[in-house]
Amino acid sequence: MAPPQRPTGIARLFEPPEIGRSAIGTRIVVYTLLILWSVFVLFPIYWVVITSFKTPNAVNQGPFYIPWVDFTPSLHAWEELFVFDYEDTLKAYLNSIIIASCATVLCVAVGSMAAYALARIQYRPKLGVILLFVVCIALAFVAMAVAGVDWWLALAVGVALFFFLARALGRHFRRTLGNGDILFWIISQRILAPIVVIVPIYLMFQQVNLLDTHIALIIAYSVTNLPIVVWLMYDFFSSIPLDLEESAQLDGASRIRTFWEIVLPLSRPGLAATTLLVMILSWNEYLLALFLSTSNAQTMPILVAAMNAGERGILWWSMSVVIIVMIIPVVLLALVLQRFISKGVLLGAVKG
Amino acid sequence: MASAMDQGTVRPGSRIPAETAIHRPLRVRLAEWLDGQSRQLFIMPAVVLILIFSIFPLVASLVLAFSRLRLTGNMRFVGFDNFEKQIFGSEQFHFLGTFGEISVAGWVLIVAAGAAILWWLVAYARSGFTWAGFIGRLITAALGFGLAMLLGATLLSGQPFGTLGVTLFYVFVGCAFQFAIGLGLAFLCAQPIRGRTFFRVVFFLPLMITPIGVGYAFRMMADTTKGPLAPAWQWLGLGDFAWAADPWAARVFIVVGDSWQWIPFIFVVLLAALENIPRDFVEAGEVDGASRWQIFREITWPQIMPVAATVLLIRMIEAFKIVDLPNIMTSGGPGIATESMTLHAFFSWRALDLGEASAVAYLLLFVTVIVCVSFFNLVVLKRVRTA
Repeated sequence: MAPPQRPTGIARLFEPPEIGRSAIGTRIVVYTLLILWSVFVLFPIYWVVITSFKTPNAVNQGPFYIPWVDFTPSLHAWEELFVFDYEDTLKAYLNSIIIASCATVLCVAVGSMAAYALARIQYRPKLGVILLFVVCIALAFVAMAVAGVDWWLALAVGVALFFFLARALGRHFRRTLGNGDILFWIISQRILAPIVVIVPIYLMFQQVNLLDTHIALIIAYSVTNLPIVVWLMYDFFSSIPLDLEESAQLDGASRIRTFWEIVLPLSRPGLAATTLLVMILSWNEYLLALFLSTSNAQTMPILVAAMNAGERGILWWSMSVVIIVMIIPVVLLALVLQRFISKGVLLGAVKG
Repeated sequence: MASAMDQGTVRPGSRIPAETAIHRPLRVRLAEWLDGQSRQLFIMPAVVLILIFSIFPLVASLVLAFSRLRLTGNMRFVGFDNFEKQIFGSEQFHFLGTFGEISVAGWVLIVAAGAAILWWLVAYARSGFTWAGFIGRLITAALGFGLAMLLGATLLSGQPFGTLGVTLFYVFVGCAFQFAIGLGLAFLCAQPIRGRTFFRVVFFLPLMITPIGVGYAFRMMADTTKGPLAPAWQWLGLGDFAWAADPWAARVFIVVGDSWQWIPFIFVVLLAALENIPRDFVEAGEVDGASRWQIFREITWPQIMPVAATVLLIRMIEAFKIVDLPNIMTSGGPGIATESMTLHAFFSWRALDLGEASAVAYLLLFVTVIVCVSFFNLVVLKRVRTA
């Protein structure tokens, strides 16, 4: 007996006839649990939505649950944010959109190039050269800390020394690493909690006067999300059959062109899922924004968090408006990208 | 990038106008050069970005952790002072917790943990023994025993624990809770029932909401006077219970908020794994007359185990970084009862003590790496091999 074909896409909405054949007792238990959990998931969202239509009085006088029944909905909070305070709100919103989308594009571009390279090109970095690099940079650090050399001078000399020594000694090193090691190195960066690196990053951006700019946040977000992109896309590229690329290369297409015109269009499902994930992560990021932005590049999460300040206590109503407004782009993007995403993408990578 | 490629290569129906033909040799040469360099070109941006913004700060942070540095003024090396202060010195109560006289329960836990760890090491030494494996297990065991001692000396002896304990509470209790519920929901949604699509969409929603928003929403939920659950709290006689003033209530609420947001992630991945199991496996089991529990234990669980272990690992890695919920919901209070290690480092940074901030961050990194690498080696790899 052949297993029934599992419907996909829109066909899933029309469920197959064998559905609902389980015993009545089981069904009651299953539905009860599912509905309970739905209530648990939906209730906080519902509460945020109705709070956004309440006046401060309606919030402070106690819980009111149903609009038009126990309180009169008003646009007070929405007006406050979009009419009186629209400059601040709009600025933060634009900042968030610019930063999140640029960071996503940069991160997905750089990450998928690296992932493709790791999936298709054999790399053999020499262990000795890597150690040499570490030693040179360490020397630069020592010079900086002990002799008080300027950081840029020390680093420039360190890097130059590395290139010189690598040229001179490179041939004598034997031990090499493989693609797997590079891949592991990149992915393992995700274990690094941002708090470990953020203080030096703050000082670095301070040195080059980039604090509180979009660029600082874009770069920081791209780097923190790079491991995810490499990980998901590596898996996706590995699953694409080689034939097409091989025939393109036989026809004389360069590797860059093969990547751009053949591989990328084929990997739309993977790209869509990865983009969505990275976008959500950068859109919601809080800690890095807290460090790297003050007023100019302030993002939405910081704006929401700031609703707590002041003598009036928490402005529940305004805050609810901002939370709702923050969900909208994510949902829109999810709807746009959803048709490209095959649900197996995440699974494939996790199985790795 | 894109434009360089498009111009560099000769495509059929070329867009390059005839006038520029004179420049073409250069372009062709450029294209050839680019193609020759493509090996490096593809991977270098990622490697350079990570070197500059991840590895370099990592080293710089270590230097900071060994020094005393104010934003104004000079850097001075102080050796292990910053770490010593957290573990033995004046900040011990903050990082590890307050140590009291160890109670009976504390001793029981410490002795039991010691015995269990010894038994585990001996069992390993008797089976396939390698030095690398043994040393790795020794490190894991040392951390485990240290944590057991910490727990025995603080919590079980009636003393509050510090940010290390709080972070581990978020990670272990939170992740266990999220995994259990996520798995349960995935099973329920994999049942052949009507309306599955609706439940899937609903269960996915919390992932789209910003963590800051989740923090505020659960602060409202927990409000005993103006929140939506106020009547319920009053009915329970908790009408003027300030949950944010009680350490355990505050911690539990943060875990609940965190779970509300992250259960969907575990749910989505596990559901996909469950649906990926070939139907015939389960049907064969049914034909052979296996009970539900047997089918689960013998067929379903081994099939989803590799995915489950990996998704739990990912969730744990992210859980160690928790900062937004404690900061929004309680600002780490009451006292330091809900302060995670990231928040601890952030507060030190705000007090302009960069050395201490880096030291705490490094301690966090240290614990994260040992726990995650142990979990990877002992659970993920093993299950992948046996499955």
